[in-house]
This record gives sequence, structure tokens and C-alpha cells, in this order.
Amino acid sequence: MQIFPCPFCGPRDEREFHFAGELGKTRPDTRDGVSDADWARYLHEQRNEKGHVREVWMHMPCSELFVLERDSVSMAVIGSSPLRGAAE
Amino acid sequence: MTKTYSAFNLLREGLRANKGWGRAWRTPEPKPSYDVVIIGGGGHGLATAYYLAKNHGLRNVAVLEKGWLGGGNTGRNTTVIRSNYFYPESAALYDLSVKLYEGLSKDLNYNVMFSQRGMIVTAHSEPEMEMAARQVNAMRLNGVDAELLDAAEVRRLEPALSFRADMRHPIHGGVLQKRAGTGRHDAVAWGYARAADAAGVDIIQNCEVLDLILEAGRCVGVNTTRGEIRAGVVGAAVAGHSSVLAGMVGVGLPITSYALQAFVSEPLKPVLNRVVLCPPYGTYVSQSDKGGLVIGGGLDRVPSYGQRGNMPMQEEVLSGLSEMMPMLNKVKLLRHWAGIVDVTPDSSPILGPSGVEGLFLNCGWGTGGFKAIPAGGYLFAHLLAEGTHHEISRPFDLSRFDTGYLVDEGAASGIAH
Repeated sequence: MQIFPCPFCGPRDEREFHFAGELGKTRPDTRDGVSDADWARYLHEQRNEKGHVREVWMHMPCSELFVLERDSVSMAVIGSSPLRGAAE
Repeated sequence: MTKTYSAFNLLREGLRANKGWGRAWRTPEPKPSYDVVIIGGGGHGLATAYYLAKNHGLRNVAVLEKGWLGGGNTGRNTTVIRSNYFYPESAALYDLSVKLYEGLSKDLNYNVMFSQRGMIVTAHSEPEMEMAARQVNAMRLNGVDAELLDAAEVRRLEPALSFRADMRHPIHGGVLQKRAGTGRHDAVAWGYARAADAAGVDIIQNCEVLDLILEAGRCVGVNTTRGEIRAGVVGAAVAGHSSVLAGMVGVGLPITSYALQAFVSEPLKPVLNRVVLCPPYGTYVSQSDKGGLVIGGGLDRVPSYGQRGNMPMQEEVLSGLSEMMPMLNKVKLLRHWAGIVDVTPDSSPILGPSGVEGLFLNCGWGTGGFKAIPAGGYLFAHLLAEGTHHEISRPFDLSRFDTGYLVDEGAASGIAH
């Protein structure tokens, strides 16, 4: 099994981790209405990049969400960091 | 040179030391321009080229393949062909495919070895039996064959399955589609390639598309590793790499690429008559003509472009198999591989205009692209030739994600991924 780094618990078995989604998707401001196309883009569209990706993952034993950077072809882990810093 | 495959020609060539067989298709140099350029020389791309020539009389067509023919998902699937879907839109699409498969060997003069041995999806509780009855009724209303089996009938048809009383998920019955079965995946790609080539289509291998050429907002060709090729219209049938290709012209797609793994065991004496899927284990299996068990399961849990297997999913799929058929516990694997599949939010494909003029998409087949090759090619050829939808492909337009009219087979037919 591959070892993934949790920023809080350290290196752990990949089966303890859950992929949550791509990083950087922000919900459209719905106060003034959102077009169907924009809403559909928010709901469904994925960057689905080949190569270096930045994603939100959860380490299930500690239930913490964090940012995992990895290569989507080689599966090599590039880095992991707490979500709090990335969101700012 | 002998072109046609027939018993007579087989005998004649046998007597002439098989010296008269020519190559099955040419290896042409790319021309500077074509009426239609199809990106992707897998099953869908090659079938599209064949039906462009056959149904629409378009022969100035090129198929561009970055590697070798059928080297992507067409050569990496578990060869299951079926149309046991829930919604009328899906039934029309996938049953068109099964019907085309039924006549394909004759149509292409190439044996694709479509064996309609049947497929059973088991049910493992009383509520699941009610859902199975609902599935059978839906399939029959849509004109697709289906039969509801009880546990005794499943046992009579597939005695190798485990029917022990202390099973975690005892078999209560199942849904049988008799017209489902398996085919020879390479033969499907090769048969379409040979027939398309004979009709005048240029099949160009080792030709990777690097960029799409836009002029005044219209896609007018492609830049490739073998130079620029202009096109009246461009069709993309690139499966797991659809997001990468659409990204070249700034089009975003509702697609996530995952690895889907499969396994083949050492050859065994016949143990299994049909394709069997046990949903609680997420494992399905059939036995090839050579005796190897062809085993598949669900998607990997992580988006990926890495065309290879990994341990967590292997453990899940094979532990499922040993629950289904404990007699196979000691069977050894021969091979283990993965293909990159393009999964949409509703587990239904995307066929239609891309949003950029001159560029059409055939993608989003996810884990079920092989069974749909004839229909995908048939309908995509219609789109590229006529510029408008065939009635069967219209519900699968990209615009369904804006209108909300999804064809949610992921939920409806309980696709195991």
C-alpha cells in the first residue's frame, strides 16, 4: 500500500484517506441569482488535470480535511498541508 | 491479394502456404487536410470512421491515434456486452449497440467472437429482489429482454456460486439478460479498422494531437507530432483524456478520470457459463474461451491518469470474488492492469457538440465504453456528418448538465461504480 502524509498524524496507509474533491472551487454568490450555466459549472465541471494536482482529502481516523498535492499520473505525493492556510 | 475472410479463402490460402494474405489495413502518410478528422483510434473512433463511410458516404476521413489501435480502454476492458439499463434513453442507446454487435462479425467480415452467453446480476435480500423485479419490468417496457430468477434458478444456471446458508450476503435470486455476453475486444478494434480502411479511411498511428487549431472561434484542424492536419470537422473520442483535449480550447467538462482495474486468472476448466455480477461485493466475472477468469470491479477511489493497477482495489475485488465463489480461493492471477475511464456525474455518456464550432465530443462512457462501441460510432458518425443529433443521441448532449435533465444510470441501474 502507498503511504500518504497526514499533516496532523504523519505518514499513514493510503486506505485511511478519502478523496473529497478538487481544491479551489468556490460556491457562486447566489444573492443576485446565478445563471443555469454558471450553476451547472459549479456543480459538475472538474478541472481533471493530468500531472500536478491540488486536492482536498480527509484523513478518516482524525477526521481532518487537508490539502494533498500529488501527481495524477505517477501517484507520487508532492506535499500535504492543513486546509486552513490554503483557503486564505 | 486475398482480402475477404471466408472458409473458401482459408482453404485456398492454406493450400498456398498462406502467402496471399495482405495487411489488414494500410499505414498511410497523413494528408494535409480531410473532411473529418477523428482523434482517438480506439473502438469508438474506428467505428465512427467506419459508419461515416458506410452510412454517410464520407471517405475523406482520418483517424489519429497517439499509440497503437485499441491500446487504450478498448484493449483494457473485461469485454462484457449488455443493455440492462433502466431509463428508456439508455435502453435505446445500449440496445442499439447490442443489436449492432449481433450482426457485426458479418457486417465487418471479421469475427468479433460475440458470445451471447447471458449475464446474471444477483440479488441478495428481499428488498433487492423487489428492485430486481422493478429492473426486469423497466427493461421489458423498454423492449430489452430480461428475466427474473429465484435462488434455485440461479443455482441451476451457475452452480459454482456459493449458496452456503451462513453467507454474509446469501443469494435470493437475480436478473438474467440472455442477449448479453462477451466479445473479443481487440477484434472489435481491428475489425472496424480493417473495414474503415477498405472504405478509404486513413488510419494514422503514432500520431499524437498536441493542439487544436482555432480560427475565428472555429476548430479547423489539429497540430500533431506528424505535422498540421486541417479538417472540415473534428471529432474527439479520447475517453479518459477528454478533459485534457477539451482543455486545449478552453472547454471544461463534467468529467473525472479514474483508473478502472481488471484481472485475468490462469486458465481453468469450465466453471462459469455466463457473466455474473454480485453487487454487494462489487465484483463481476466471466470465463474466457481460453479458460481464464476475467474479473472486474469498481472504480479506484482516487482520480488518476496512471494506467496501472494498485493494491487497495485489487484486495477489494478479489476478496469479493472469493466470497462469491470460495472454490476459486487458490486460483492464481496471470495479469492485472488498468485503463483510464471518463466518468460523468450521471454515469451516462456525452455525445454532441462541444460548444466550440467544428469540434464534437464522444466521451463520458466511463466504465462501460466497450459495450457501446457500435452505437457510439454509429451515432457519432451521424453527428459529424449531419451536424445534428440522431434521436437516440439527443438526450446525451452536453447541455443536459445545464438543464438538469440527467440520465442518472449511476443511481437507476445501480452501476457498481
